[in-house]
Amino acid sequence: MDFLNPVINGFAVVLEPTNLLYCLIGVVIGMLIGVLPGLGPAATIAILLPLTYNVEPVTAIIMLAGIFYGAQYGGTITSVLLRLPGEASSVVTVFDGYQMARQGKAGTALGLAAIGSFIGGTAAIIGLTFLAPIVAGFALDFGPPEYTALALLGILLVATISSGAKAKALIAAAVGLLLATVGRDIFTGQSRFTFGNLQLADGIDFVPIAMGLFGLGEILYNLEERHRAAKAPSKVSNVWPSRKDLKQASGSIGRGSLLGFFLGILPGGGATIASMASYAMEKKRAKQPERFGKGAPEGVAGPETANNAAATSSFIPLLTLGIPANATMALMFGALLIQGVTPGPQLVEQNPELFWGVVNSMYIGNILLLIMSLPLVGIFVKILRVRAAILAPVTALITLLGAYTINNSMFDVTLVVVFGIIGYLMKKFGFEPGPLVLAFVLGELLESSMRRSLLVFGGDPLGFFGRPISATLLIVFVLVALLPVIRSIAKRKFTASTLVTKPDIKEKV
Amino acid sequence: MISVPGTPSVPAGGSSETAAAPGRDSPHNLSEEILDELTPEQLAAQWEEEKPPAAGALANTASSLVVLGVGVGAVILSLAMGLGTPASPQPGLWPFIISCVMVALGLFQLILGRHNRDAEKFTRMSAAPLTGLVTLAAMVALMPLIGFELPALVLCVVWMRFLGGETWRSTLVISTSVVVAFYAIFVLALNTSIPHLF
Repeated sequence: MDFLNPVINGFAVVLEPTNLLYCLIGVVIGMLIGVLPGLGPAATIAILLPLTYNVEPVTAIIMLAGIFYGAQYGGTITSVLLRLPGEASSVVTVFDGYQMARQGKAGTALGLAAIGSFIGGTAAIIGLTFLAPIVAGFALDFGPPEYTALALLGILLVATISSGAKAKALIAAAVGLLLATVGRDIFTGQSRFTFGNLQLADGIDFVPIAMGLFGLGEILYNLEERHRAAKAPSKVSNVWPSRKDLKQASGSIGRGSLLGFFLGILPGGGATIASMASYAMEKKRAKQPERFGKGAPEGVAGPETANNAAATSSFIPLLTLGIPANATMALMFGALLIQGVTPGPQLVEQNPELFWGVVNSMYIGNILLLIMSLPLVGIFVKILRVRAAILAPVTALITLLGAYTINNSMFDVTLVVVFGIIGYLMKKFGFEPGPLVLAFVLGELLESSMRRSLLVFGGDPLGFFGRPISATLLIVFVLVALLPVIRSIAKRKFTASTLVTKPDIKEKV
Repeated sequence: MISVPGTPSVPAGGSSETAAAPGRDSPHNLSEEILDELTPEQLAAQWEEEKPPAAGALANTASSLVVLGVGVGAVILSLAMGLGTPASPQPGLWPFIISCVMVALGLFQLILGRHNRDAEKFTRMSAAPLTGLVTLAAMVALMPLIGFELPALVLCVVWMRFLGGETWRSTLVISTSVVVAFYAIFVLALNTSIPHLF
């Protein structure tokens, strides 16, 4: 079995003590920030990017990945105990999880969620193991035109699927692309938008942008956010679900794994959408849908499984195509670039230790998380008592001091504060920072592959439509771009007055 | 819990269990039972209501104009860099394309997006991030001069006591320990070159 050799070697990478340690650190941090409402996984990863400078690429990504999927486990705890979603991806868990807690079944809800998360996560890793090399093999033939189309489509999908106004998300993406052009033009060597500033000559670093927009911007925004009423966590007893509960939830766990896995792969998909889709599906499938919202175990198990599966499978586009599917993956992309590793189809072949090390670390991470969310859940419930008033200055200081350590320069710290202000104002004015960071990360790839393709096509933009894959991707691009326009025209004709306010869940980054 | 001027702050040293949420839902103890009975739809509607007030058309106009300004500026700068042809592009071509898209989106937002309500109003609560920002800026300005310890201590005290409504005692104890911990990590353990006084 030639295919399995690198997979098994990957386990050797994971079992190195350093990697195990960083995996543990990652999932513990993930659990913590999942439990603490406020900072989301993207903000935390952004703030901790300086930590990854002095370690091996595989170790760095193992830790960052742990934060990401760990947060999916932790977010459940506050949803169930406090009716306060720790993460956007656990919002729907509130509906039934909190009701279960009120009926004295908090432990069961948490236990089901943990087991579901574990199964969803593990199933997604297995899916990733088999699907990723195939996708990567397929993508090996991609040339610049395909990458141009893929990057364009990726940015567009992330922008249009984000919450809030699509035009604003696209504006944010355009700003990101523009920021990516600052510095020396790779083709001609001419400086662009540097305004004579030497420190801008090499372009703006990804890390201060991410730390500012996601980290500091989020911290500042939270300073004024009204925190929802918190009250005493219900007592958690017996987190081991009974056989009957498990049996009742097993169907939704299976469906959640599958749904989450596929939604996670799609650009712009990811944990939040997966959990909502799973909740909707469970409710639709149920024989007695009226039980939902009144403590139905499926309403907890399904979404929690789906968000974990999606968190894991969203690594597929990143690791196989080099296209991040959401803002958190954009941060992983940035972290890999810092390490001198360009994610893409060659990664599986050229860097098998990294690829399989990261993938296999997720098994270990999920086992650690299962232990933390079943027997050790009491410890994390206690952490709920840490007050935001104390946490905010600590995270702000970590951000500033961490930014300094990147290059030992105050210029980076200043950049972080500047982007922090921009991030805060963006959130205030309804612009999501996610598309900006994603577009910034993809900007250079997009420009260089577009210019290379145009060279190949002799300057004829229609050449993109002469190749089957790039043509298909671009047609999808046009369709996605035009869809909201068509829909809004249709909507305006029908319901100008009966505007239904649908619950708009704010994505915590 | 983040407390706000004018609303009762979190009880001294109290644990989060009794923390009353600032803002409109302070009498929440009375309605606790009612809250518990909410259906998902009602709960979602309640969250919707708790969201900060939406800003008016002015905010949209202002942000669209900023976008337009940046876009037009970038168009001019890109033109100055030279466009070239698609076959042999000059450095300005790609930024030119993006900035044209930006101008178009800015115009779209200015005219067609004026009814959307996802911008938030600046309220009295916005004083908190502003204060936070001032302390951050002060820290950036002072760090190279007097090291990080004192500005960090001031930042902690301001954020905990005035923005967070902690008691003086817990503010002082925690702020000092935080700064000491950071000193231990960044200076003693990691040996970074962060400017420090001591």
